[in-house]
Amino acid sequence: MSDSVVIVGAGQAASQLVASLRTEGYAGTITVVGDEPYIPYQRPPLSKAFLAGDLARERLFIKPEEFYAEAKCHLVLNTRAVAIDRARKVVKLTDDLELNYTTLVLATGSRVRNLPLPGGDLPGCFYLRGIADVEHLQNRIAPGASLVIIGAGYIGLEVAAVAVKRGLKVTVLEALPRVMARAACAEVSAFYLETHRKAGVDIRLNTKLEAIEKNGDALMVRTSEGPLPADTVLIGVGIVPNVELAVVAGLKVDNGIVVDQFGRTDDPAIYAIGDCASLPNTYAPGGRVRLECVQNAIDQAKHTAATICGKPKPYNEVPWFWSDQYDLKLQIAGLHSGGGQLVLRGNPADRSFAVFHLEDGVIVAVEAVNAAPEYMMGRRLIAARARVAPDRLADKAVPMKDMA
Amino acid sequence: MAKIKYIEHNGKEHVVDVKPGMSVMEGAVKNLIPGIDADCGGACACATCHVYVDQAWTGKIEPMQEMEKTMLDFAEAVESNSRLSCQIKVTEALDGFVVRMPKSQH
Ligand SMILES: Cc1cc2nc3c(=O)[nH]c(=O)nc-3n(C[C@H](O)[C@H](O)[C@H](O)COP(=O)(O)OP(=O)(O)OC[C@H]3O[C@@H](n4cnc5c(N)ncnc54)[C@H](O)[C@@H]3O)c2cc1C
Ligand code: FES
Repeated sequence: MSDSVVIVGAGQAASQLVASLRTEGYAGTITVVGDEPYIPYQRPPLSKAFLAGDLARERLFIKPEEFYAEAKCHLVLNTRAVAIDRARKVVKLTDDLELNYTTLVLATGSRVRNLPLPGGDLPGCFYLRGIADVEHLQNRIAPGASLVIIGAGYIGLEVAAVAVKRGLKVTVLEALPRVMARAACAEVSAFYLETHRKAGVDIRLNTKLEAIEKNGDALMVRTSEGPLPADTVLIGVGIVPNVELAVVAGLKVDNGIVVDQFGRTDDPAIYAIGDCASLPNTYAPGGRVRLECVQNAIDQAKHTAATICGKPKPYNEVPWFWSDQYDLKLQIAGLHSGGGQLVLRGNPADRSFAVFHLEDGVIVAVEAVNAAPEYMMGRRLIAARARVAPDRLADKAVPMKDMA
Repeated sequence: MAKIKYIEHNGKEHVVDVKPGMSVMEGAVKNLIPGIDADCGGACACATCHVYVDQAWTGKIEPMQEMEKTMLDFAEAVESNSRLSCQIKVTEALDGFVVRMPKSQH
């Protein structure tokens, strides 16, 4: 039987893996199994231009359908992989089909974290992960309607920006004392809080939820601060990696599917890439991390493809990420423990500034708001584990290019 | 439709019809033309869609916005006619447009 790669999950990481396997010269058969009805698509626009109606659905697809045909990649969509038989090297699919593999790649991504709240599953409550979610939500994004967003993470805030621009009455409820608390430092949080409030979004911090109830045709959100009527509720309280297949198969799982720097699990025939994988990264505090970003899905797929083709290439990149809200582009690179020194460059009042994180004098992360030089040069400095004196880094008179 | 010519670093030419409204980057990706990575999918966040605009066209397209200009500043092998192709919107007026791809996007 010929060599075959089976990829479970048809998302960002899978599409890159198909492309890279072929450019690296892989000659065997490639099969991608995905449980959504679509060929691989980009998720970032879902909470941005696609939700706003500025981007047609066909423009979400990462590659056109012909790409998969040309790459001789067999796409099995609308189908879930339900089990792995490692002894027989077989993946079992929903409809009793079985696929033989020489190499199996788990690219199952992540799913939304469910909010354990009474009434959280009432009609009118939504989550946002896929095209179908946005298409349901879009029907309710009508001027004048009220939208309550639970969770002030970057997805919730991106939706808030789109919705308030569209003329909805938007309230964001957050349990923590600041917005984007997981992704951003206090300075950046405070800037985004003010920006949203100025745009007319009602953000309520330190708010505890009690329940969601039916209120005629609409909903009522009960909180520690009193009840809040809503036509629609969007829940965005994080994601969880899709690791169940790996768990049942007896692979090592710790937050994500545990892989080495080549993407290999503890079974040499099985790899894991993208949101579902926990990987070693020397830029991460503690040396291991699970990432939820496009950069990681793409770069890890490229390295894993090379490894599968017998050209092992260790993966150790500085992760990066962006978020678009209003006319602001937030670009974040690197990882930090939260305990380092913060250096502000520029002035938030100018709507263009950056915060660098320094640990033991080394630049480990940057959060840049409409500040591409800080972000792009920051990425290089982080990769080089550069030390720059904090007062020099903060000095706008010194161009970023001269920081190296 | 606008006919756009994409020239790979090795000289290989591809002439394709691109729908107005799409970006020059999307025109390449949708037509399986190699040489443009577009990791961020057109968000002006990655600078892996770098192209060189044919000299005959440099003055005839929409000028760069600040974000594109500063992102490009830090890309590799940048020339005076460099652009991020996800930020060039295709219009009927772009019929006959020509871009060249750099050796590498990383
Ligand atoms: C609304 C939103 C906005 C985002 N914005 C940004 C952004 O601005 N910048 C950024 O860098 N990142 C962003 N991200 C994150 C980014 O989209 C993810 O990190 C990326 O999609 C991860 O790629 P992946 O291939 O690992 O997973 P996915 O793209 O999620 O693909 C995994 C696929 O596998 C399928 N699957 C799972 N289990 C099975 C199974 N057993 N059988 C078959 N199929 C299965 C899933 O349904 C899914 O289709 C955003 C995500 C969302 C949801
Ligand atoms: S595609 Fe990322 S900047 Fe153009």
